[in-house]
Amino acid sequence: MLKSITLGVATALTLSVSALAASADTIKIAFIDPLSGPFAGTGTNGLHQYEFAAEELVNKQGGVLDGDMFEIVAFDNKISPKESLIQLQVAIDQGIRYIAQGNSSGVANALTEAIDKHNRRNPDDKVLFLNYSAVDPALTNDKCNFWHFRFDANADIKMDALTDVIAEDDGIKKVYIIGQDYSFGKAVAAAAVRFIGEKRPDIEIVGNELHPIGKVKDFTPYSRKIVASEADAIITGNWGADMLGLGKSVLENGYDGPIFTYYAAADGITAAFGETGEGSLRLVAEGQINPPANDRAAAYYEAFKAKYPDGNISQARITNVIEMLARAIDEAGSATDVVKVAYALEDMEHESLWGGSIKMRAIDHQLIQDVHIHAHTDDGITFDYDNSGYGIKVENTVTMAAMDSETSCKMRRP
Amino acid sequence: MDLILVNLIDGLVTGLLLFMLSAGLTLIFSMMGVLNFAHASFYMLGAYFAFQISLALGFWMGLLIAPLVVGVMGAGVERYGLRRVHQYGHVPELIFTFGLALLIEELVQFIWGKNQMPYEAPEILQFTAFAIAGNSIPAYKIFMIFISVAIFIGLLWVLTRTRVGMIIQAALTYPKTVEALGHNVPLIFMGVFGVGTALAGVAGVIAGPVLGTFPGMAFVLGSIVFVTIVIGGLGSLWGALVASLLIGWITTFSKAYNLRMEDLLTTLGFTKPEPIWDSPWRDLWSITSPQIADILPYILMVLILIFRPYGLFGKRDA
Repeated sequence: MLKSITLGVATALTLSVSALAASADTIKIAFIDPLSGPFAGTGTNGLHQYEFAAEELVNKQGGVLDGDMFEIVAFDNKISPKESLIQLQVAIDQGIRYIAQGNSSGVANALTEAIDKHNRRNPDDKVLFLNYSAVDPALTNDKCNFWHFRFDANADIKMDALTDVIAEDDGIKKVYIIGQDYSFGKAVAAAAVRFIGEKRPDIEIVGNELHPIGKVKDFTPYSRKIVASEADAIITGNWGADMLGLGKSVLENGYDGPIFTYYAAADGITAAFGETGEGSLRLVAEGQINPPANDRAAAYYEAFKAKYPDGNISQARITNVIEMLARAIDEAGSATDVVKVAYALEDMEHESLWGGSIKMRAIDHQLIQDVHIHAHTDDGITFDYDNSGYGIKVENTVTMAAMDSETSCKMRRP
Repeated sequence: MDLILVNLIDGLVTGLLLFMLSAGLTLIFSMMGVLNFAHASFYMLGAYFAFQISLALGFWMGLLIAPLVVGVMGAGVERYGLRRVHQYGHVPELIFTFGLALLIEELVQFIWGKNQMPYEAPEILQFTAFAIAGNSIPAYKIFMIFISVAIFIGLLWVLTRTRVGMIIQAALTYPKTVEALGHNVPLIFMGVFGVGTALAGVAGVIAGPVLGTFPGMAFVLGSIVFVTIVIGGLGSLWGALVASLLIGWITTFSKAYNLRMEDLLTTLGFTKPEPIWDSPWRDLWSITSPQIADILPYILMVLILIFRPYGLFGKRDA
């Protein structure tokens, strides 16, 4: 009952929007991510970044083709794969050709399968899947398809970059791996073991542990084990409250080495770590925020802060999604023929707003880009997170990370 | 050996924190016969209020004012909410407190948003009190221990040594008689509810900087508090204390040591099926104690309910 009401409301809402927009030519992008529930903060923040990027980078520049404008249409999937498929159908029924989603690889796996099926059955209204954050390696390997494009570096690429930094540090002899007990946490642990084994076989992995996701009240016992193992470095894929809880706990209980993370920034985490995280927290991600790579990036960030004073640009890659899509549509000369747009995206090289050139690899549709290791600090921060004075600053850069990495993707092209 | 001592201290901190929550809950239950589902929400409110006050007036004023505010709110909820629902029986009371818990969570998200709040321990307590074999014990933890022990002693003293305590205890068992003697029993109920929620508020104030101040903090602790008072015996202060410490130590030790089910089963004389990944018993054999640490209290509760349904220190028959 509730679901059908939500569905009805969503349909009514988007119908009214489309009725308004029908007069001007718009290219709609469906944003399917959590906008309610425990992950609403992350989803809403992402939506703002999309809306801002579309407005600033496309619409204000005169749009694409003959002045067609981008429009982001938001759909709330409550981070549930089932709900996402319903919202996908609603979006397709409204004639939307571009689907953007990022939070949770579980959702992305469901969407990519459904879109593949839909495109085979409905050759007249095919859609493209712009995955901007789901980093499960399988999406560009075994489960790859022609319609899926990933703009974030996948978990393996990020771990490859992280372990490059670890391998160069002779002080690191013992590593502790800890993560949340689900597919992503396990993927991070497996990648860490594999890359460390290849690059520095002398490093001893003194702990490899999974804890229940979102259920640990107090991380102190885990921290005691980490301290007792005399680890020189910690690797974790934790996010949200689990990241903050683990990080704060190990630092309070006497650990002072580096903590290599995927997601220890923004959404309140940076502010909560504050001074405690200085010198320890490292974060692997694309997109250089500090120092700003160029004046354009700085101006863009300032404009974003002017519009959303409490917001953060935590997913820099969103600008790449928008800019590359706009270029691809221009190149294809059509926004409705998504096969042409997809071919235009393949092997596209692009200068990222955040510096460095990026390339959409054709064999598996994985974007190849610079991956940075950031440090959590308040020194030399132009744009802080959570208005806390602290932010992330680039320390090391792996240029065009994993450019020649292997993939098991066997893509069928239309 | 060193690690055992460290874990004893960690478990003590966890246990005492749990005690502050369950003490209020068990008092309220023994008085009104109603389980307050919103109890952990008052704990969350304590943390958020203290955070807000600490921004303006510092941590210590937060510690002083926030529990008072939470206590007054609790008393208000009893006076204007629970008391009205009371006449319709226990089930509407339960549903009322359940709804209140959901309402408070939404309210907190509405006012403070969904992100973690940067609520920090005071500067003066941010140092290492002492270290045992490289494991540092933060001064803040020692402070937590002192606060909770002080509260326990204070509570025990009030309940057993003062006139107020005597009236409360009498009102617990013979409310009609106490009323006939000229005491205002509804006022006592309101007071106990207020004090109970204020205790939860104190727990929130001192746990917020350590366990994180976020909208899910009530949910994370909510169910374990009920487990504590069931194990300890509904309505027993001593029971709440013993059960809290027991749970604190059980979870801490099972997380700190990697006890494997495989070793246990082998000692018991079972042989490991080979190859293990084809065996239907694979999941059982591969369990380690950190994985199941957080459900051990629930297993303990089930055992208690089977063998001693009125709890460790409970008096009434279930």
